[in-house]
Amino acid sequence: MDIKAKVIDSVGLDRTTTRLAHEIIEHNKGSENIVLIGMRTRGEFLANRIQEKIAAIENKKPDLGILDATLYRDDFRTRLKQPEVSVTDISFDLTEKDVILIDDVLYTGRTVRAALDAIVDLGRPNTIQFCVLVDRGHREMPITADYVGKNIPTSINEEVKVKMIEIDDEDAVYLVETEHD
Amino acid sequence: MSLSSNHLLGLHEVPKEDIQLILDTAKTFREVLERPIKKVPTLQGKTILNLFYENSTRTRLSFELAEKRLSADTMNFSKSGSSAAKGESFKDTVLNIEAMKVDMIVVRHESAGIPKYLTQISDANIINAGDGRHEHPTQALLDMYSIREKMGKLEGLKVCIVGDIAHSRVALSNIYGLQAMGAKVSVCGPSTMIPWQLESLGVKIYNNIDKAMEESDVLNVLRIQLERDAGVLIPSVREYHNYYGITTERIEKNNPDILIMHPGPINRGVELSSEVADGSSQIILNQVTNGVAIRMAVLYLLGTRSE
Repeated sequence: MDIKAKVIDSVGLDRTTTRLAHEIIEHNKGSENIVLIGMRTRGEFLANRIQEKIAAIENKKPDLGILDATLYRDDFRTRLKQPEVSVTDISFDLTEKDVILIDDVLYTGRTVRAALDAIVDLGRPNTIQFCVLVDRGHREMPITADYVGKNIPTSINEEVKVKMIEIDDEDAVYLVETEHD
Repeated sequence: MSLSSNHLLGLHEVPKEDIQLILDTAKTFREVLERPIKKVPTLQGKTILNLFYENSTRTRLSFELAEKRLSADTMNFSKSGSSAAKGESFKDTVLNIEAMKVDMIVVRHESAGIPKYLTQISDANIINAGDGRHEHPTQALLDMYSIREKMGKLEGLKVCIVGDIAHSRVALSNIYGLQAMGAKVSVCGPSTMIPWQLESLGVKIYNNIDKAMEESDVLNVLRIQLERDAGVLIPSVREYHNYYGITTERIEKNNPDILIMHPGPINRGVELSSEVADGSSQIILNQVTNGVAIRMAVLYLLGTRSE
């Protein structure tokens, strides 16, 4: 796997999350009714940071939950490796809330599709909005994000690697080349 | 991470990693059971046969619920009312049902080894829901899950299984599983109910319940199985209760912190006093809830396993 470019560095990542937080507040006219849901694994850390930013701007922390949509995936029959499931941790009611679903990379849209099904099983939110750090294109489903950190046009042979200090050794986004058979 | 086998026949020689994976996966499903919509689409399109040649309430309902909560299609076979009464052999029954295209079979049978035999005549994933006096792996898994949930760990814990060990498949699966996870397992009961060979498995044997309680963190109390002729092994049910029954007095005297478990169904006033069965030391109904989560985990891990 070859690194082709560092697309966002740690300062850039901080600025981007700040902007995303402002956009979310602006669009929802405040943070009164919003709840954040981070998608495992890196979406969770991104959601944490956006939660901190919103708290700093609005003086009130929105609720934050973590979603694992593995059980709702559509590729159980075709995948070679069994995906690992982990626990969904959403301790608040979603009914009538404006749910901000947060993930690191938007690619085919299939994970988001699974997450939407999972959320609907948990309650009936007022709206579900989707916030993503990187949109790399190549959608296979009619899905778009409401808040985008950065659009990075990619080829199929490239991959977007998001690194976050919580589990990696730095904050950065890389564009890498993958070897496909 | 995947399980190392396509089947769950027992916990004998099942690697620690597999047990760990099942227990950890069950935690995910435990959360699903708390949701307003307690159903996920994961096993959509899979067909599961519940092949029950022996009576069961808890296990059969628990498996059926677990299957439905994973969106699988289920079929139920029970011996009474089936063609087994017309003289059809077990093998023919299974082959005929399998010809209807079944992906997984959950089997309970009075003969030990039937689940293993099924793996030889069928392509489905086989899950043992109790075979004779041999093993009942999902019960042991849910017992281990419940202990871990309550005590935070399994390693180093002293677990004593009390009662009719000789007739019990729950005991054997618990011994294999708990030992693999690093717990110390002992058994307690009248000598007529304890096979002496257990010592060769490294299992400590108690004949005195008070001593067993003093030296244990957890008691897994088994039912006296009167339908399996347990009556001939003890002078009377009342005498059994006097010598081995778990009562509030015994808990207070020997070990007030002890955790009491029971796989059900309970004979109140025999192995447990009614007071203990409803008391604060026991987690019997937690075990039942956890049983659904454990079975969902096993079905998920086998049903989506890649070759």
